[in-house]
Amino acid sequence: MTAMTYLDAISQAIREEMRRDEAVFLLGEDVGSYGGAFKVSAGLLEEFGPERVIDTPMSESAIIGSAVGAALMGMRPVAEMQYIDFITCGFDQIINMASKMYWRVGMPVPMVIRGPSGGGTRGGPFHSSSPEAWFFHTPGMKVVVPSTTYDAKGLLKAAIRDNNPVLFLEHKLLYRQPELRAELPEEDYTVPLGKAIVRREGEDMTMLTYGAMVYQCLKAATVLEEEDDLEAEIVDLRSLTPLDRETIMESVKHTNKVLIVHEDTQTGGIGAELAAILAEELFEYLDGPITRVAAPDAPFPYAPPLETAYLPNAEKIVTAARKLAAY
Amino acid sequence: MERVDLLQIYYFMRLTRELEDRTRKLFLQGKVAGGVYTAQGHEATTVGAAMVLRDGDCIAPQHRDLGMHLVRGGSPRAVMCQWLARGNSPTLGRDGQIHIGDMHHGIVPMISLLGESLPVACGVALSIKRLKRPAIVLASCGDGATNTGQFHEALNFASVQKLPVVFLIENNGYAYSTPTYKQFALQDLADRAKAYAMPGESVDGNDVLAVMATVGKAAAYVRSGQGPALVECKTFRVRGHSEADKADYVPEELRAEWLGKDPIKQFEEYVSREKILTAAIKTEIEARIKQVVNDAVNFAEQSPAPDPATVADYVFAPDGLISMVGTPGAQDPRYINALDQRTGQPFTTMSKTPLTLPEEVGRR
Repeated sequence: MTAMTYLDAISQAIREEMRRDEAVFLLGEDVGSYGGAFKVSAGLLEEFGPERVIDTPMSESAIIGSAVGAALMGMRPVAEMQYIDFITCGFDQIINMASKMYWRVGMPVPMVIRGPSGGGTRGGPFHSSSPEAWFFHTPGMKVVVPSTTYDAKGLLKAAIRDNNPVLFLEHKLLYRQPELRAELPEEDYTVPLGKAIVRREGEDMTMLTYGAMVYQCLKAATVLEEEDDLEAEIVDLRSLTPLDRETIMESVKHTNKVLIVHEDTQTGGIGAELAAILAEELFEYLDGPITRVAAPDAPFPYAPPLETAYLPNAEKIVTAARKLAAY
Repeated sequence: MERVDLLQIYYFMRLTRELEDRTRKLFLQGKVAGGVYTAQGHEATTVGAAMVLRDGDCIAPQHRDLGMHLVRGGSPRAVMCQWLARGNSPTLGRDGQIHIGDMHHGIVPMISLLGESLPVACGVALSIKRLKRPAIVLASCGDGATNTGQFHEALNFASVQKLPVVFLIENNGYAYSTPTYKQFALQDLADRAKAYAMPGESVDGNDVLAVMATVGKAAAYVRSGQGPALVECKTFRVRGHSEADKADYVPEELRAEWLGKDPIKQFEEYVSREKILTAAIKTEIEARIKQVVNDAVNFAEQSPAPDPATVADYVFAPDGLISMVGTPGAQDPRYINALDQRTGQPFTTMSKTPLTLPEEVGRR
């Protein structure tokens, strides 16, 4: 059995769910005949036909709005945003239709919005977004961010089976990275929403992170171990909503120091909420200030040296971790 | 048309008007929190359009479409519980006005942002088409909403996908205080259809039989599988945008002209002239309507206020099976979308007792 990429895992998840449940269908720009801008949906049109793999016009409100309507009928649409940045074009359908529907009228909206997010590909300000904070802040939306190939498949299946609107944020940098190749189980499996996972155990500090930053944290942790004799524990959140408070708190209770790392900009990013929760609920356990490593409060730049300076990386994480450890 | 059907039309137009009149009275008595939006003058458009629909069809109404709700079996009790923000309203007091719906009975619940229901209607139609049902979706919007991007995305998507939607534009002359001449350069909103390669027709929105004929024609076209169609009902908003709006920006002569073309008055003159509506039948209809409206208000006034302790509950739907709406057994309680899981009870949008005028009334 061959190892597959993070992108293959996503393709497989969609294919298997479409085989398993007739209610599941895919819609988005270039997803059908072209197989998707990143080829996530290659072969799906041939297998499932144009009623279940729909090439839409450039109309994010219609894409997301149609997904809401279909979901209200009992279908399970998977709406692709070609780049997750374009989700802003369908913002209102998410905020005012999808997310409020069940709370408001008691009718579930089982739909997934998915697409490539994140930077590091010289995509510039409009192809590198990390939009999670806007939707993390939206009651009624679930937000999921897989970092591994295994999780990409399992979490997407769980998201498709979930009866709520779920935002599934893939990271484009991880799509075809050779280091992420993995052999996946043949049998059907899901990864539950709302469960974080400890990627690396340690006693000296907790790194809370998600997405591509998990790998920067792992690199940083290796340096800290070898050069500073510090053992960092890395908690990969996987689900932002629902948030796995239990795993987070268990970790912080025994390390007593927290470093939050995310690619999204600092002010009002997920890290701000995590910091508030920890300050409110685990104050006595903290032996140092809750520290964040995030992108600066500026739009995402294009030129390579700008992008490199902008994104958090292992080096910046090591610097912040050393400062925190010394407190 | 059968006598009994003409009386049915008259009855629903009167019921719509009376229920809204009562809502206005409650508002003036300070019993309704927030804004009250009614649709005096729209009754021919809303009742006429909905009358054309069949079992299995769906509506995606807006705030001036109470007439559509009622024709499709919507509950006056539910409407009054909504206005009075009762804890047992279809939204548990969480949303107001007629933001209610029941997918099992083909009513898509609206939101305040207008034009947004149209892409959702496309999704419903997409499902109907995939399921090979003969049903159609009647999706309405006002002149104002035809200027939103989502109106255009929806019409375009429906036309390229050949979705079974009748887009009904209720052109009532004003979007809040903005007259149509400030909103668009077109004279006839039916012309917007050309941009989407779909048939479009304008009709006198105050003539209920004309509305039925035009919407009926559009519905037949859509049912034939050729794609969506557009109907523009030209009517007028004789009252303010909301009950708090005096609307003195509307020239008095214009309002007076349209009050003279009141759709109920016109239809009543017709059915009286044709001896279809006799004085006795009219009295009987009025008595029925009074009973329905009083029952709705009494029920709502005796219903409990919502419990503040639960305001943050039920943000997420539970795990479980979801049924395909409209399939046999779709309302089996083992499906989580068969019941309102927030209460564990069936949805309350629809009237439990039939609202329709009994046939024998027409035979008197």
